Amino acid sequence: MRAALTILRKDLRIEWRTKESLSSFVVLGVLLLVVFTVAHDPTPAEAPALAPAVLWVTFVFTGILGIQRGFLLEREHDCLAGLLTAPVDPAAIYAGKLAANLILLGVLQAIVVPLIGLLFHVELGAVLPGLVLVLLLGTLGFAALATLFAAVAVRVRAREVMLPLLLLPLLVPVLVGGVKATQGVLAGGLAGAADALGVLVAFDVIFATAGWLLFPYVVRD
Amino acid sequence: MTAPPVRAAALTRLLAGTPVLARVDLTVAAGELVVLLGPNGAGKTTLLRVLAGLLRPSGGELLLFGVDVRRGADAVRGRLGYVGHESACYPDLSGAENLAFYAALFAVPDARARVDELLAWAGLGAVARRAVRTYSRGMQQRLALARALLHRPALLLLDEPFSGLDPTGAERLAARLAALRAAGCALLLTTHDLARTAPLATRTVVLHRGRIAWQGAGDAAAIAAAYRAAVGDGD
Repeated sequence: MRAALTILRKDLRIEWRTKESLSSFVVLGVLLLVVFTVAHDPTPAEAPALAPAVLWVTFVFTGILGIQRGFLLEREHDCLAGLLTAPVDPAAIYAGKLAANLILLGVLQAIVVPLIGLLFHVELGAVLPGLVLVLLLGTLGFAALATLFAAVAVRVRAREVMLPLLLLPLLVPVLVGGVKATQGVLAGGLAGAADALGVLVAFDVIFATAGWLLFPYVVRD
Repeated sequence: MTAPPVRAAALTRLLAGTPVLARVDLTVAAGELVVLLGPNGAGKTTLLRVLAGLLRPSGGELLLFGVDVRRGADAVRGRLGYVGHESACYPDLSGAENLAFYAALFAVPDARARVDELLAWAGLGAVARRAVRTYSRGMQQRLALARALLHRPALLLLDEPFSGLDPTGAERLAARLAALRAAGCALLLTTHDLARTAPLATRTVVLHRGRIAWQGAGDAAAIAAAYRAAVGDGD
């Protein structure tokens, strides 16, 4: 736990100093939302129905960039070798990187969700607690899997292409669960999202456990 | 009797089916400074990375401090220090922040004093608060060496540690390596600078095409002659 916190603090300090992930989040996130809005040009009546899919597609594509950046950081100057030669359980490295990714993705959502509300005419105030729960569960599943695959992709040559290729097919259950749960929450609160929330919880457990167990094997050559 | 820091038997590492290390037998005892020589592609860096736990052996046996790395690598990691071709320091953190980060990972007692001591040794005290991105190649190499020494390792693996160092830095490093050896630390380093390392070495090992082609002790001229005999043109 101590090592994971040390790695988390280091990642956040570097991000605070460089703003590299955050700047790509903001630019790409806003750009995608504007493109979706212009492309669909939805009426105020039909716009809320589009919001869940737009939210999750924007979130996943933007999030992949940020998570990839987190591991490129370790590749530069072979810093990963520094981490792997320390007396630290590789699972703690995974936990530290996952925690940093969760925080950065939380910041991304704090930017994207209000913009969705604005551009897609969604009244967020009343459904916010339920929506936050859905986002938390969806983000955990996404980040757990993406952190694992970013560690794989960073070691191969076509790493920018490889991460989405490896990740997106496996993310389908979380994406579908996230969209369905968001639809349910926006339509009628948490009760309407119970089944989809169950799917998200199940995949969170599966992906986080897989990441925790497999990371030590994928991070070394 | 305590186990030697390194005992490798028939150690093999394959890369895409090709043996980069082929049945290497090597023991490094406490207080020994072993210099690895060899032409480019001989397997020196691969051997150090296998010993450091960064690459898995494909075959053979590797014991570090008597512990089989396949079963208990975590137990010995805190006793070894490793410097590769790159510094393993984060360019957007300062020199002091990098050392503090690694000191926390290695649970170094009285970390702040140790970090200051090593920054002073590396001649980086004046630039300790500057981002590593602004350091020269030689400064980054000195920082990498300071990082590897933070936790007072009993086994030090150094891949071309003199590269990028100016004469003062190289002398300072040579003195430190001699002191570490005298204190009982085991050292294994690769180099192409025979003149610099021969006086420090207790033994020199020539690696060629992934195999140990020669090993022994002597002055630079004797080792150079043995190297030429073992490697030839070094193809």
